[in-house]
Amino acid sequence: MSDVMTLSYGAAIREALDDALARHPDMLVIGEGVPDPKTIFSTTQGLRETYGAGRVQDMPLAENGMTGICIGAALAGMRPVLVHQRIDFALLAMDQMVNNAAKWCYMFNGQQKVPLVVRVIIGRGWGQGPQHSQSLQAMFAQVPGLKVVMPTTAGDAYHFMLNAIADDNPVLFVEHRWLHHITGEVDKRQPAAGVTGAARLRQGNAITIAAFSHITIEALKAATVLAEHGIEADVVDMRCLTPLDVETVANSVAQTGHLLVADCAPEMASIGHLLISRLYQRQPTLLKQAPRLVAYPNHPVPTSHFLANDYYPGAEHLAAAILEILDRRPLITSVCRSLQSTLARDQPDRYFVGPF
Amino acid sequence: MSLPTTAELTGLYHRMLRIRRIEEAIATRYAEQQMRCPTHLCIGEEAIAVGICAHLTVADKVFSNHRGHGHYLAKGGSLVGLLAELYGFAEGCCGGRGGSMHLSDLNAGFVASTPIVGGTVPVAAGYAWAEQIKGSGNVVVVFFGDGCFEEGVVHETLNFAALKKLPLVMVCENNQYSVMTPLNERQPARDIYPIAAAHGLNATSGDGNRVEQVHALAQAAIAAVRAGAGPQFLELHTHRWPEHCGPNEDDDLGYRPPGELATWKLRCPLRHTEHMLRLCGVTDGDLQVMEQQIGVEIDQAFAIALSGRRPDVISMTHHIHV
Repeated sequence: MSDVMTLSYGAAIREALDDALARHPDMLVIGEGVPDPKTIFSTTQGLRETYGAGRVQDMPLAENGMTGICIGAALAGMRPVLVHQRIDFALLAMDQMVNNAAKWCYMFNGQQKVPLVVRVIIGRGWGQGPQHSQSLQAMFAQVPGLKVVMPTTAGDAYHFMLNAIADDNPVLFVEHRWLHHITGEVDKRQPAAGVTGAARLRQGNAITIAAFSHITIEALKAATVLAEHGIEADVVDMRCLTPLDVETVANSVAQTGHLLVADCAPEMASIGHLLISRLYQRQPTLLKQAPRLVAYPNHPVPTSHFLANDYYPGAEHLAAAILEILDRRPLITSVCRSLQSTLARDQPDRYFVGPF
Repeated sequence: MSLPTTAELTGLYHRMLRIRRIEEAIATRYAEQQMRCPTHLCIGEEAIAVGICAHLTVADKVFSNHRGHGHYLAKGGSLVGLLAELYGFAEGCCGGRGGSMHLSDLNAGFVASTPIVGGTVPVAAGYAWAEQIKGSGNVVVVFFGDGCFEEGVVHETLNFAALKKLPLVMVCENNQYSVMTPLNERQPARDIYPIAAAHGLNATSGDGNRVEQVHALAQAAIAAVRAGAGPQFLELHTHRWPEHCGPNEDDDLGYRPPGELATWKLRCPLRHTEHMLRLCGVTDGDLQVMEQQIGVEIDQAFAIALSGRRPDVISMTHHIHV
């Protein structure tokens, strides 16, 4: 098999798990539904057949207990990858993740380590509603000791997953459900831009868009249409919540003088706010205009698509915000019209017919 | 049930007495305000830690909770490491990051104690799972209290331990109180161990203040685990003498019925064992020698611990990650 391939994001995760299972004999993959016929949206497909039921396991519906069990296994030298089909389920495991996984190395003075990966899927659409589509990654990022990564591209998904598994620290690997079907190039020989910090996906000198996870895709769409009007955006895919790569954003803003932060999480106490705050405290003179944050509203996600359609900001919202920052308001109507999706906003692509 | 020999019983008594005297010494010095961390003493409960750990090798692993000094010492944890930890010195077993409620001595196979109720129970099971996968033959023991049995995560662990037939011994120290709340305000009038049995574990109960009984139950349980019989559960009845947290007695607060503590003190695990030893021919002189040895060790350990150094402030930021 070639080292360079075009894979969907979900297939890239599967490929990384496959390669890591081959590389690390102590690695386990465990989670509710991991070996079932749907195999976590096909991201664990075939792994049990290749590596056996001892290493690729289903588990009891006991998120907190199983997180503690995976921590114990990790202390004893295993490398568990624990999978939650929804980040909402990981809330049941907050005690073990926050009180144990995050602190174990610290509170025992560096004498013990927890090489644990927790995969959590955030996302939206098709009526997932208030308890199946939350975006809670900032809550985890607030806990010292947990590393929180959320790659956007298939290539990054592959390398970030390999990196997370090889890491001797607990890593929360955040996957947006709508990224799973998006294809990209995976070069196994080396990641395009390292495996930590942010990456510039597009060069431009008019404004910096710093985006997190799936909304980076929306940012790229907005940038493409804005370019038709001579507005070249610099798109930075943040990729990690911890460490938060302010430097890459600052370097970009030093050239553009303008900043839009796009976060796929509720606005309240979001990492997007933190990014703006840190950037401003670092170099208050970089920005020519006040920066903007586009994020989710501060209320739960309703199930009805008639309501949820207007919950999520898309490319047109980002473009409108950019045109306001740059004082190019007359362009808003035409740009937004060309960016409006012909799909309902609870549907990632026209092939998607539910139920998950 | 096989009873310990006189030599074994003498050893058990020595280890219980050592824990008792260490806890008393900590209580005495606690008033100096130099051990500045919440400290939960195990006076009155020494027989369980000692009776269980007597059957463990260094390679076997122990997990514990907020009241963990006895478990740590019975498993062979460094006394100087414990005391220095209480004082917050760099030489502490966790470099001063843990204090009384977070202990570890990997050289002794004491992996960890932590104070979230139920926090170490699944971690111990996960450790046992890894030992099983690796085929090490090692046994993992986790100590927890009656209050812990009310936590959901304990039942999640019981389920998984039985499912995987883990090499795990779960020791429930039932001292009837969660802080100051009695068991009958928290659980219905029934034993704890049959619920573990209903989860699929081999479960039994016994008198946690009779070290020969704990020793015998532990011998059977640990032998069963080593023979591949899967997880074992012991509910052992005991009583804490001091206040929940701190160096003093608190019977004046009135949360224990009048006479309850006094009755339990009559059932002191040390006094009971001493009586048995005397019947076996152990003399006053033998016991005095034991006291002297322990006293010297404790004095020396405090002296070494107190000569520890303050951790560098910069080290506060170390070890957030490996």
